[in-house]
Amino acid sequence: MEKLRKIVDFYITGFRNLPPWGRTMWAIILIKLFIMFVVLRLFFFPDQLQNNFNSDEERARHVIESITTPGN
Amino acid sequence: MLENIDFALVDWSRGQFALTAMFHWLFVPLTLGLAYIIAYMETMYFKTGDPEWKRITKFWMKLFGINFAIGVATGIILEFEFGTNWSNYSWFVGDIFGAPLAIEGIMAFFLESTFIAVMFFGWDKVSKRFHLTATWLTAIGASLSAVWILVANAWMQNPVGTFFNPETARNEMISFWDVFLSETAVNKFVHTITSGFVLAAIFVIGISSWYLIKKRELLLSKRSIVIASVFGLISSVVLIGTGDSSAKEIVKTQPMKFAAMEALYEGQTNAPLVAVGVLGSEYNNENLTPETESDFLFKIEIPSMLSWLAYGNTDSFVAGMKDLIMGNKEHGILSYAEKIRRGHKAQKALIALKEAQKSDPNGPEAEALKAKFRDKDFIDNNVQYFGYGNFYDPDPEKLEKNAFKMVPPISLTFYAFHIMVMLGGLFLLLFVVFLYLVMKDQLHNKKWILWAGVWTIPLAYIASQAGWIVAEVGRQPWVIQDLMPTMKAVTHIDVGSVLTTFILFAVTFVGLFIAEIKIMLKQIKVGPQKKEDPNNV
Repeated sequence: MEKLRKIVDFYITGFRNLPPWGRTMWAIILIKLFIMFVVLRLFFFPDQLQNNFNSDEERARHVIESITTPGN
Repeated sequence: MLENIDFALVDWSRGQFALTAMFHWLFVPLTLGLAYIIAYMETMYFKTGDPEWKRITKFWMKLFGINFAIGVATGIILEFEFGTNWSNYSWFVGDIFGAPLAIEGIMAFFLESTFIAVMFFGWDKVSKRFHLTATWLTAIGASLSAVWILVANAWMQNPVGTFFNPETARNEMISFWDVFLSETAVNKFVHTITSGFVLAAIFVIGISSWYLIKKRELLLSKRSIVIASVFGLISSVVLIGTGDSSAKEIVKTQPMKFAAMEALYEGQTNAPLVAVGVLGSEYNNENLTPETESDFLFKIEIPSMLSWLAYGNTDSFVAGMKDLIMGNKEHGILSYAEKIRRGHKAQKALIALKEAQKSDPNGPEAEALKAKFRDKDFIDNNVQYFGYGNFYDPDPEKLEKNAFKMVPPISLTFYAFHIMVMLGGLFLLLFVVFLYLVMKDQLHNKKWILWAGVWTIPLAYIASQAGWIVAEVGRQPWVIQDLMPTMKAVTHIDVGSVLTTFILFAVTFVGLFIAEIKIMLKQIKVGPQKKEDPNNV
């Protein structure tokens, strides 16, 4: 428990003492992660096979059809 | 039947993936290489106790941190794209790709988040030895996390150690070690990470050169140049060595890519290497026919060098694009038309299996077809050409024409390869010159050499990107060599949505790139702190 508290303190102190460039970097990281996981993932990048088919069997059938028929 | 393909969708999907991958690759090589340079600098501090080494380490660590922060997680977008834009591909390779990517994600997260935190927050809070260990583990961890994605990429270039399951339409791993230690995977890993080491060494030399030009930070710059030159020199030798072994391996596993790298249309013995060349208009991919001839506006060749590079023997025959497309009985090369027919037979068997399973999933017909996909002869003669079947056309004339469409973009592959090789040679020379001059203490007087060091930084990025262009454009039309063509890997979604995300990415990436350059340049101008400040890093 004491070790865990030390580790948490280590991170807290580290973040508290970030230099200005370090704060800018963290702001960029957080904005970037928000854009990626909230905007892009939710609104632009659905998992097509997961969402459009109910079972692996259906997914396999769809893929086989796609890769063995002309056109796409 | 290729006229049924929506090539706008294929091209925009490829463009989107290329944009994301190339942006991601702006950050990765510097992270890979700079981590080791910093670790060595900190080792010097640990050994000597000289505070100047600590100052040097902390300065480069700051630039490492900026690069890491801007680049971190940019690779995750690629994984989003797999599920949305490349769903057929993701399904087809799922079991091979899933494991390495999961291991990479877990390793990268735990190793990097733990040890990077100690690197940045741990000065004066943990022991010197523990801090140094964390720095080395960050460097090693970054390289290890690159292993997995490169193994997965290598499998796409040379799909070994797997079995195609016709029931699930997925490739299943039958030998982890065949996948992990394939010649392609080993070459790719060593070649790619050492290219990152070379780029990072040039980055350090370039910035140190700028300080020397400005007559600032003389000791920091000279020490940094010594370390970076030695590191760059060793890395360059390994890079060239693995480049050579890659060439020997590519000529066996991806001979069309090899021929396109050298724009070799007609195969020959004692094949010369084109050291420098300008391609003529015959090499337009749209116009390739059996009558096409080799066409250079200008070239300087090294006699027999290509044969030697490919097979270690100057008398060896190197197949050209025409030999590979039309076949060459004398040299045992099967024509693309024949491979297309064989692949088509495998695809027909798969369709027949699915039909048979509709009426009786475990009936004798279905079982017989399933057994075919386990039969060694059928695998060797048909399943291994599965993807060629997508170029099939019942009209033999159209089928022959389709075979000529299975050539990667020749000029892009050729120029990217030659730019990469020439710049690689230039970098080796640069490391030798900088090391010699800095050891003789004459570097600070040679302004033009110092400026050359500064301007080599963008060249290192160009060479690094060119390397990936050779690897990825050169393997077209395949997304998985011989098994799945790119046109069949894409998801059939609206091309407009792909275009929208392409533009969205382009804007976001340009913004992030400008931020990186601005913050980096500002911190370089500020330079290292004059004296120890616990809040500095």
